Amino acid sequence: MELLAFGKTGWGDELFIATLMTIAVSITAMIIGFVFALVFTPLKLSKNKFFNFIANSYTTIIRGVPELLVIYLFFFGGTGALMYVASIFGYNDYIEINAFITGAFAIGIISGAYSTEVFRGAVQSIDKGQFEAAKVIGLSKFTQFFKIILPQVLRLAIPNLSNVWQITLKDTSLISVTGLVEIMRQSYIAAGSTRDPLFFYSFAAVLYLLLTFLSMKLINKLEVKYSRGY
Amino acid sequence: MDIELMINSFPKLLSAAAITLKLLSVSLIVGLIIGLLFAILRLNKNTFVNKFSYGYSYVFRGTPLLVQIFIIYFGLGQIEYLRSTFLWVVLKEPYWCAIIAFALNTGAYTSEILRSAFQTIKPGILEAGKSLGISNKIIFYKIQIPIAIRQSLPAYGNEIILMMKGTSLASTVTLMDLTGVAKYIISTTFKPIEVFIVAGSIYLFMTFCIHNVIKFFEKKYSF
Repeated sequence: MELLAFGKTGWGDELFIATLMTIAVSITAMIIGFVFALVFTPLKLSKNKFFNFIANSYTTIIRGVPELLVIYLFFFGGTGALMYVASIFGYNDYIEINAFITGAFAIGIISGAYSTEVFRGAVQSIDKGQFEAAKVIGLSKFTQFFKIILPQVLRLAIPNLSNVWQITLKDTSLISVTGLVEIMRQSYIAAGSTRDPLFFYSFAAVLYLLLTFLSMKLINKLEVKYSRGY
Repeated sequence: MDIELMINSFPKLLSAAAITLKLLSVSLIVGLIIGLLFAILRLNKNTFVNKFSYGYSYVFRGTPLLVQIFIIYFGLGQIEYLRSTFLWVVLKEPYWCAIIAFALNTGAYTSEILRSAFQTIKPGILEAGKSLGISNKIIFYKIQIPIAIRQSLPAYGNEIILMMKGTSLASTVTLMDLTGVAKYIISTTFKPIEVFIVAGSIYLFMTFCIHNVIKFFEKKYSF
């Protein structure tokens, strides 16, 4: 227990901050994933073959290649790509991207591929009559989407999105290889300096279990909220 | 684009893919046995037994695979007692540690897949078996298991692909699997995109093959 004390003597406060970091990366990645899903779901559902091809390649490649490999691509390739783009605009100094952004982006792209599939399934299972009725009443495209389609999509998608959230949360442990101090990295540091890996990695496992448990509770509440009226 | 590097790294990556496949197949076989065992325990009426099985699958599905590997590889070596037993011969090898972690992880997911497959078998089928006077053992092996296999094939196919991606974590405990070698080439040449394309294509090809094999079995066992 001494090992977990807060302050200079223990690792309690460091691990607490690391847990907050894990939560922050997961949420950021999930949001980036939603943005990707928002772009790729319409492409996937569109009648245009070319758009279909782009969206399908995205989801197939990301879901078929290990997360770790994608993270390495971003970790080693991100800086180079950004400097290349910057050099086009005439900026030639060395740019270092922060580990948080690289990590959140890599995980976000992965979670986006899963979210795209979830949203595609949800949109497809909405009754065609709903679209037609909304059109017939004369609602604008904007209102159609936000007031008729989106609430129904969310209700159908929440159970599967909770799976995506769990995957995203667990994937953030892989960012530790890039040096971002989240739960896994902090446990690695603590295990190295105290020579007590069993304790710290088991504690990390407990922290992750706690996070998945609490988020499940929260998501269940959301699920109840969005299925009002059914 | 450095085409030459891509061509040169291809054979190295391909031989590393063999290690990935080896890790995958061994852990899948062990994981299937573990999964079947825990699925049966889960359906047991004894509350303690099925809570134990539920706890196992909850813990392994709720924590990242990376934590599990690190606990087994770095953590267990710390216990003095283990070092003196024959288990140490296994636990000091990163290869076996990775396989133990993968097998326990995929075992947890497999047990859930099989459990739900067993639960969806209609009671009428079992009753029909019973009324024909077939023994419980034969009902289990000849009726329940084949139906459960059929039911669980699509989900199990996904699990195989997830596990294949999971084996990339073996590179974190010094094993040179496909991802490990890819990382090594990237960090020596600083050409991440080229290496990613080659390694990624090999992974995609394996995913493609697994997907088609599963599809073939799904067709074969369909009714």
